Amino acid sequence: MTRTATTSTTTGSGSGEPLLSVRDLSVTFGRGRRAFAAVDQVSFDVRPGQTVGLVGESGCGKSVTSLAIMGLLPARGNTVTGEVMFDGQDLLRLSQEQLRERRGSELAMIFQDPLSSLNPVVPLGVQVAEVLQAHKGMKSGPASRKATELLNKVGIPDPTRRLKEYPHQLSGGMRQRALIAMALACEPRLLIADEPTTALDVTIQAQILALLRELVTESGTALIMITHDLGVVAGLCDQVNVLYGGKVVERAERHDLFSRPRHPYTGGLLASIPRLTEERGRRLNPVPGSVADNIPWEGGCAFAPRCASEVEACRSTTPELEPDRDGLGPDRLLRCHHPLEENPLDDIRTHQPEDTEGGPA
Amino acid sequence: MTDTHDTSSTTTGDDTGHGRRRSALAALGDRKKERIDSLAEAGSLSSAEGVSLWQSAWRRLRRDPVFLVGLGIVTVFVLIAAIAPWLAPHDPAARLLIGQVSPATPIPPAQEGFPLGGDNAGRDTLSRLLVGSRQTLIVGVMATLGGLAGGMVLGTIAGGIGGWADSLVMRIVDVMLSIPSLLMAFSIAALFARPSQWTVIAAIAIIQVPIFARLLRGSMISQRHSDHVLAARALGVRPAAIVFRHMLPNSLGPVIVQGTLVLAVSIIDAAALSFLGLGSQDDSVPEWGQMLGRAQVFFNSYPHVAVYPALCIIVVALGFTLMGESLREALDPKSRR
Repeated sequence: MTRTATTSTTTGSGSGEPLLSVRDLSVTFGRGRRAFAAVDQVSFDVRPGQTVGLVGESGCGKSVTSLAIMGLLPARGNTVTGEVMFDGQDLLRLSQEQLRERRGSELAMIFQDPLSSLNPVVPLGVQVAEVLQAHKGMKSGPASRKATELLNKVGIPDPTRRLKEYPHQLSGGMRQRALIAMALACEPRLLIADEPTTALDVTIQAQILALLRELVTESGTALIMITHDLGVVAGLCDQVNVLYGGKVVERAERHDLFSRPRHPYTGGLLASIPRLTEERGRRLNPVPGSVADNIPWEGGCAFAPRCASEVEACRSTTPELEPDRDGLGPDRLLRCHHPLEENPLDDIRTHQPEDTEGGPA
Repeated sequence: MTDTHDTSSTTTGDDTGHGRRRSALAALGDRKKERIDSLAEAGSLSSAEGVSLWQSAWRRLRRDPVFLVGLGIVTVFVLIAAIAPWLAPHDPAARLLIGQVSPATPIPPAQEGFPLGGDNAGRDTLSRLLVGSRQTLIVGVMATLGGLAGGMVLGTIAGGIGGWADSLVMRIVDVMLSIPSLLMAFSIAALFARPSQWTVIAAIAIIQVPIFARLLRGSMISQRHSDHVLAARALGVRPAAIVFRHMLPNSLGPVIVQGTLVLAVSIIDAAALSFLGLGSQDDSVPEWGQMLGRAQVFFNSYPHVAVYPALCIIVVALGFTLMGESLREALDPKSRR
């Protein structure tokens, strides 16, 4: 926060300086004894051109993390602490007006439900042009020409006609494409996608993911992918953060995570993916219990009640997020007293999976 | 993008098989929440390009007998008001039957050329009723528009800015709502030194302001938390644009419906004010409430003098109420079949 705005230092390739650096981000709802930490000391970096996944089940704090980064949490009823450094500035310390200028132009976000994320009473063209007018001071003429271009770029056929239509006249896939076009209108440097494919059919999901991948590679945009779908992670993310109960429980490069999950929760998520190679009639392997079974992180591991490899320490001391003891590389972080041993998928499933990386991508 | 999934579930209905129909149907199929509702109506929807809330409401209304009756009454009323001077058989101010008025028989009976008789000044009742519809329409519409305008300003301030502005405006609105509306209308109308049709309009408009303000504020606040407003904020759209382009247009539905209901209330309230002598003092321009007020003296012996204007008020108010209620029901997603 002591550093002042250094105007967009050219950040180069995916391995350079982080564009976004989240440090000890905590979001607490309520006060005093009823306080509840939805996000608890989450830290991660995103470099330009990199895709970072935040993975976890409903209620693990992934959406709240993204809203906190964007400064979109309600003004009252919550406390946000920590640091969100974006291009040398702490986003948490900017005023709403300063944030507004950055949203849409530097940071953009795509939401889960494309229908409800579009204004139902305004034609699509106006909504796309609005973003350009807000940030680039474009007049409506050039803005609508640019909007046509954008829709074309995200693969919407006949964009001139589509711009005059209302959201309900478009299909789900097209709506999500339109939202992506709006998010990318000002070429943001960071894009947050909050479960962008959840409301779509599988075929459309694949198209949207391919589109996102293409746009990110093309423009070097950093992408934060929020999802509960490990198939999406497998297809898109470079680095994966697995969240549980508001904390990062495991961090790994994509390939490492799928080939050697260490946290039992990650292992459970992987094991729950149905596979085509499986014998017929086999029951699915859910992670037992639900988020409601959590115990607080204080004095233990929140996942302990649902964990198959629970040991005594899990109920007495809070595990820390530390580099993996088995030396699986410096980038691997793990928060577990009793991590899974080798080939956890075999332990869980008894059936040898053909392709450890495969999900329903 | 061809999203062909689910098009099979929507049964093809009738005519006009142009290309857009397919894409409209596909878009329809995507709306999971509304799938069942949409399917039920698929037959009638198939000819349209797409279905907005208002369009689907209109489809429902077109077959709703209650709405059609209301619409019929309102249409006839507006038509009569528009052409009343040409429709009226006599000049409503001319004392044509003054010869038949005496202390013993103050009200001329129905007769040739005067089907509803005359009033105590010898003027033709039918002509006065017909021409009186104009005043009623003017009062109803103007008072509703006035209330709507005031309510929209206050509601937009409260719901759009929020915070202290919201608290301030809503406390004022709460105070206004806590006073019985007709009582407040009397008080406001009585404040004016020279009561006229316009003081009636002003009084009724003012009592409608808090209703519209509260309604608009409520629906704007629910819009504020909607996904598309969040999405617009995430794109850095300016606050003013969010209020006026995203929140306000989406909040107007219930306000418009309330407007049709308020029209009925305005007409009744205006009649009440005129009845109590707080309306126009000039009785050469007929007005139903005023006619009703003057008729009360003769009510014991000549009840029909009061019944005619009363019936007119009741029927017109009923027309607006039927229309407004069915409109509200059609637009309310919860009451859809």
